[in-house]
Amino acid sequence: MKYFRQFGIILVVTFMAEVLGYLLPLPIPSSIYGLVLMLLALHFRIIKLPQVKEASVFLLEIMPMMFIPAAVGLMVVFPSLRSILFPVVIITVVSTFVVMIVAGRVTQSVILSDRRRADKKIQKDSLNAALLKKEDGGNDERDSD
Amino acid sequence: MKEILTNSTFFGVMISILGYELGLFCKRKWKLAVFNPLLISIILVIIALSFLHIDYESYNKGAKYLSYLLTPATICLAIPLYEQLELLKKNLRAVLLGILSGVLTSLSSILGMCVLFGLNHEQYVTLLPKSITTAIGMGVSEKLGGVVTITVAVIIVTGVLGNIMAESICRWFKIKEPIAKGIAIGTAAHAVGTARAMEMGEIEGAMSGLSIAVAGLITVVGASVFSFFL
Repeated sequence: MKYFRQFGIILVVTFMAEVLGYLLPLPIPSSIYGLVLMLLALHFRIIKLPQVKEASVFLLEIMPMMFIPAAVGLMVVFPSLRSILFPVVIITVVSTFVVMIVAGRVTQSVILSDRRRADKKIQKDSLNAALLKKEDGGNDERDSD
Repeated sequence: MKEILTNSTFFGVMISILGYELGLFCKRKWKLAVFNPLLISIILVIIALSFLHIDYESYNKGAKYLSYLLTPATICLAIPLYEQLELLKKNLRAVLLGILSGVLTSLSSILGMCVLFGLNHEQYVTLLPKSITTAIGMGVSEKLGGVVTITVAVIIVTGVLGNIMAESICRWFKIKEPIAKGIAIGTAAHAVGTARAMEMGEIEGAMSGLSIAVAGLITVVGASVFSFFL
């Protein structure tokens, strides 16, 4: 029953997302509204993590299988693709690879440069702290004199 | 016999799961990226359907219940994201710049190659939303005057390709940070890629899931601007 209740909660959020998708005239699918709704609900503790955890782990685990029907649909549209098959295949392969490389490398280099800056700041702070301490120490000595 | 196969609602789901199980078996046995369970199940189901002379409509009568779970599953991507929220806040600049650069690369590389191959405007806008999630991509293609069924096909192929190649590409191009891996996979190969990112790790999965939404939204705006270029 626990898992079914969790699934029920997820379906409630899904339905609210569909209502939003119906009401708002934007080209955004309800699953994206739902993702934001779920995130907000978790953040404001309207839904607590243990109330959805196991069911969501299960759904995410079987997610790849959910793409099989749409992909099998390729056999229906294949004839209309035949005339431009070569350019479409090249464009799909090249752009997928290039996007993955660029997005990954850019993210990584920004992370690394931010981290380096943070490290430098920590180093500088600890250096300053050390200098301050030394000064204090000096003062102390003078005071004791 | 054929009647029961075309009329049964369970046949489509059963054959899909069976294909996926066989794919998992091949992957365990040979441990090669080509033996991707998703790819294998797609090929096996197509072969089985053509062999048994079952049309897509009859197959999808049952199999659509698998697709039916896709919306709740996508919403569940909020859960790993919620668990990694602190990490996201700390790396917000990197995440946003990474996704933005990915989307711009996608749109401009498609523009460049469409010019190169001499494709027309309709074919160009059909391909423009190829890296984003199906539901948003369909809307973009339709609004710009593309052929929606081909857009869906190309989006699926992109996802499967990203799913298969994600690990090798990250290795070849030295993308080692889990956050960067997630952003790369989600921006290039939407939810199908994310399914792979989830298997790579919690951070990869969460960041990939986030990229689906953000890259999708940036592409809605970006593609309508890029549609004027050809």
